[in-house]
Amino acid sequence: MKKLLLSGNTALSYAVKQLDVDVVSAYPITPQTTMVEKISEYVANGELNAEFVPVESEHSALTAALTASASGARVFTSTSSQGLLLMHEILFITASMRMPVVMGIANRAISGPINIWNDHSDIMAQRDTGWVSIFTESAQESYDRTIQAYRIAEDERVHLPVNLNFDGFILTHTYEPITTIDDEEVLKYAPKKQRNLILDPKNPMTFGGLASPDYYFEAKYQTVKALENSLSTIVKADEEYQKVSGRGYGIFNNYMTEDADTIIFSMGSIGGSIREIVKRMRKEGQKVGSFSLKLFRPFPTKEVVDALSNAKSIVVLDKATCPGAIAGPIFLEVQACLKSFNKSIPAMDIIAGLGGRDIGPEEIKTMFNKGLKIASENKVDKIMDFVGVNA
Amino acid sequence: MSKKVSEIDEGFVMKTPRSSMETKTGSWRAFKADIDYKKCITCGICWSYCPEPAIYLKDKKYTVDYDFCKGCGICATECPVKAIIMVRESD
Repeated sequence: MKKLLLSGNTALSYAVKQLDVDVVSAYPITPQTTMVEKISEYVANGELNAEFVPVESEHSALTAALTASASGARVFTSTSSQGLLLMHEILFITASMRMPVVMGIANRAISGPINIWNDHSDIMAQRDTGWVSIFTESAQESYDRTIQAYRIAEDERVHLPVNLNFDGFILTHTYEPITTIDDEEVLKYAPKKQRNLILDPKNPMTFGGLASPDYYFEAKYQTVKALENSLSTIVKADEEYQKVSGRGYGIFNNYMTEDADTIIFSMGSIGGSIREIVKRMRKEGQKVGSFSLKLFRPFPTKEVVDALSNAKSIVVLDKATCPGAIAGPIFLEVQACLKSFNKSIPAMDIIAGLGGRDIGPEEIKTMFNKGLKIASENKVDKIMDFVGVNA
Repeated sequence: MSKKVSEIDEGFVMKTPRSSMETKTGSWRAFKADIDYKKCITCGICWSYCPEPAIYLKDKKYTVDYDFCKGCGICATECPVKAIIMVRESD
């Protein structure tokens, strides 16, 4: 166990090195660049014995990762924003081909206008591609989750790609003292596991073949069910990791929600700020709570419903929009879960933090006050509202 | 012929390659490529252009495999000596 000063990006790079990844193919994009730079440095100086493929685009980055994975290699790629959008079609194919690719996503806004700062529009535009999707709150968690990701992806009960979401600049560029675990411990926890079905010239098989209407539906059903069934393995992987490292995160972070009048439902790095405001507002006697979702896909429906069911009102914080829809993407998901389980809790959506707009203590208090008003009146005036915009 | 979910290999991997050889596509054709060997100079351009590929070398002669020729006519267009003509299939 070593303590190192690392940023979110370089914490991931360090984990990738410890995981003895065989092939890394990536294209640099702000704010993910320093992660790829660090990995190429590890490869160049011999610390990591891997093939580094400097591709010409993200479309090729993921294609190279996918095909290397098909040959049985342990692979890594990473991207952000427009790069993730360029990967769009290969994201589906990676999941459908059940390749255990692990990808770091430095979450960043989508053009236009062009913007390099944080929000969640990139991953929200890719949420239905069939990947396991995890959100982290700190550089330490990003490091830990990277190690977990390989154990999850390569588990024979899962065999799916995993993406790790960490907020651009807020996490990617902030340095933290990171407690690492030893190389041997990393590989003991996440040993390289090869699938039975791999590309092998001695035993040729067809990968990525055409599925006629006779087969497509069943193949798709298999992929959908695989993601649904991965939940227990993901939970278990975190529990096992806790035994090794002393750190576990769960599929969500629930803070002071049991008796809360209102709860802010969030994802990503903002969770820590919200918990701080919960502390302050609790001191003032206001019953507020924070729910920070870590596992976005598969969406832990039942667990979310159980955790929220005592609330008098819920404020969902969306760092992305669904233009033309009733509200943002997370709100639609949360509401669908609650209503499907006959929980009638008044809820509203707050769109905030787009394109790196800071969400400070005042903005969070504004959100809580909206939630408290809904709780006391038991009605929702505005289903979706914007906080922090100069409207 | 459809299969159950449990009968499909993970990630739709097909363990028995060359299965496309079992699906004869010759019946899709409206015109068939017919090689006139009096004109043919055995240059191999039809062989290299055939997208199927359904033209192969047999006994030093380029021959059309009618189990797979879809009648696209690329060979006839590319043949430098016009040795290939497209003949309408009779119903």
